[in-house]
Order: sequence, then structure tokens, then C-alpha cells
Amino acid sequence: MDNICALIVDDSSVMRKIVERSLRQAGLSIAQVLEAGNGAEALAVVQKNKVDLILCDINMPVMDGLEFVKQLSSMETAKAVPVVMITTEGSEGHVVQALSAGARGYIRKPFTPEQVKEHVLPVLEAKP
Amino acid sequence: MNPSNSALGSALGRECWLPTLQLAMQEVFELMLACPLEVPAEPPPEDGLDITAMVGLAGQLCGILTVRCSSKSAGRMASRMLGIDAEKAGPEMWDAVGEICNMVAGNFKNKIAGLGDGCMLSVPTVITGSEYNLHSMVNDEMHTVLLFEGEPVVLSLEVHN
Repeated sequence: MDNICALIVDDSSVMRKIVERSLRQAGLSIAQVLEAGNGAEALAVVQKNKVDLILCDINMPVMDGLEFVKQLSSMETAKAVPVVMITTEGSEGHVVQALSAGARGYIRKPFTPEQVKEHVLPVLEAKP
Repeated sequence: MNPSNSALGSALGRECWLPTLQLAMQEVFELMLACPLEVPAEPPPEDGLDITAMVGLAGQLCGILTVRCSSKSAGRMASRMLGIDAEKAGPEMWDAVGEICNMVAGNFKNKIAGLGDGCMLSVPTVITGSEYNLHSMVNDEMHTVLLFEGEPVVLSLEVHN
């Protein structure tokens, strides 16, 4: 998939930049990167923009990543957008919760660009 | 202590927690900053560590994990994470150290069986300055110092039983 628009959701601006760099290092063709500091901001971004991929943290103020994925799944215009969680919450239980809520992939922090590629590419390739 | 905490305290062996903490921090620096940490031959002086990042833990393990370093080290961490000039790092350095603390806490709890699902993390808080006292009513404290580019980074886990 070429020239994608990626939305990166994390309350840390440093982490948003690292995720963006990792996406580019992974060789993905990124046309635009949008950012949000929490789930509520991310919902507003998704309502106003055509997004191809979302990378989302779990622990965030205002609205956490799991609630964001649940609400996104109920949005007719955005429920097909694949979400990959990128989080320090790496337990089996959190993975199950995220996938049940609608996430398509899960990356544990700390991570390498190779891990980002390994988890994001299959999700983009599977996108209808 | 409830049964879950008892299991954590005995079966997992807290004597393993300090090396696990060290490993958790070393992995974060290697993967996210491309910089291995060194174990000092002798404990280095801890003066001038004016940045403290804290992440709270709640659930089966209650306590607080802190990472302390100098502003100079924090600027270098932000530089390595963002590719910016270390001398010009402003608020990014606080965000960088807070996120490092968050990743160390998450990486640590994911290495201890039973803690991954049973312990929640707070979002990080960062304090600047060194003239403060922290009163967290702890029952147990673990403390280790590693060297980042030759400068000390202090990692502490204070645990409420």
C-alpha cells in the first residue's frame, strides 16, 4: 500500500516522533502523518480525515486506547481503519482485550523498527 | 497481604527483581536509544541528578518506579530518541525521561510472572530540581545505578506491601 495516511495516538510527543520514524525506517510509503494526544482527540481527527492506519497507545489521559478502539469500531465511516496498539502494557490479558476491542495488531514498547514492520505490514496488506 | 500479593512476594522471589529491573532498563536504552548502559565498577556520585521521572504501580504490586538523571543526560536521551541537538532539547527532555521511565516500568512488570495483568501503570510524572523529599510510605526499596554515556542514571523501585 502506497502513500498512506497514518494517525499516531500517544500522550508523549517524543513517542509519536519515534513511532513516525520507525514507520519510515520500516520502508512504508507514508504520505501524511497525523497526531493525537489521546483517544478523544484521535476520534476527532478520524472524523475529519481519511486515515489508512492508526497506531495507538493504551495508557493515555482523557480517553485510553482501548476505549478509543471500541468507539472507532462503532463509527460506520472509520471502523475498517486498522489499528495497531503500541504500548508498555504487554501482558496476555491486555493483548486479548485490545484484539477483542477491535485492534488488528499489538506491539510492545520498547520496540525496534523491524518489529513495527513485522506487525504493520500484514495489517495493511489485509486491508480491503 | 492478600493471597495474590503473597504469591508475588514468595514464589517469584524478590531477590530476582533488582537484576530484572536492570535488564528492563538496559533493554529500553538498547532498543529505543541504540545505546547500551554500563554497570559502574564502583557506585558513582549521585549529585546533580535534577530530573526525576516517576510512574506509579497499582494492583498486585503497589509502589513507585523512578528514574533520576542530570539535565545533561536527559538532553542526550532526547537527542538520541528524536535526532535533535542535545543542547537545544527543552521540554522534549522531560517527555523523553518520562517515557523511558514508563517503558522501564512496563518492561519490568511484563518480565515478572503474574504482574503483567495484575498491575496497572500510571502515566509518567517528571520533577525538575533536586531539593525535594519523596514520602511514599514504602516497605521495601530497590535501587541501582547504571551509566549512560558515562553519566549515572539511578533506577529505584519503592514497594508498598
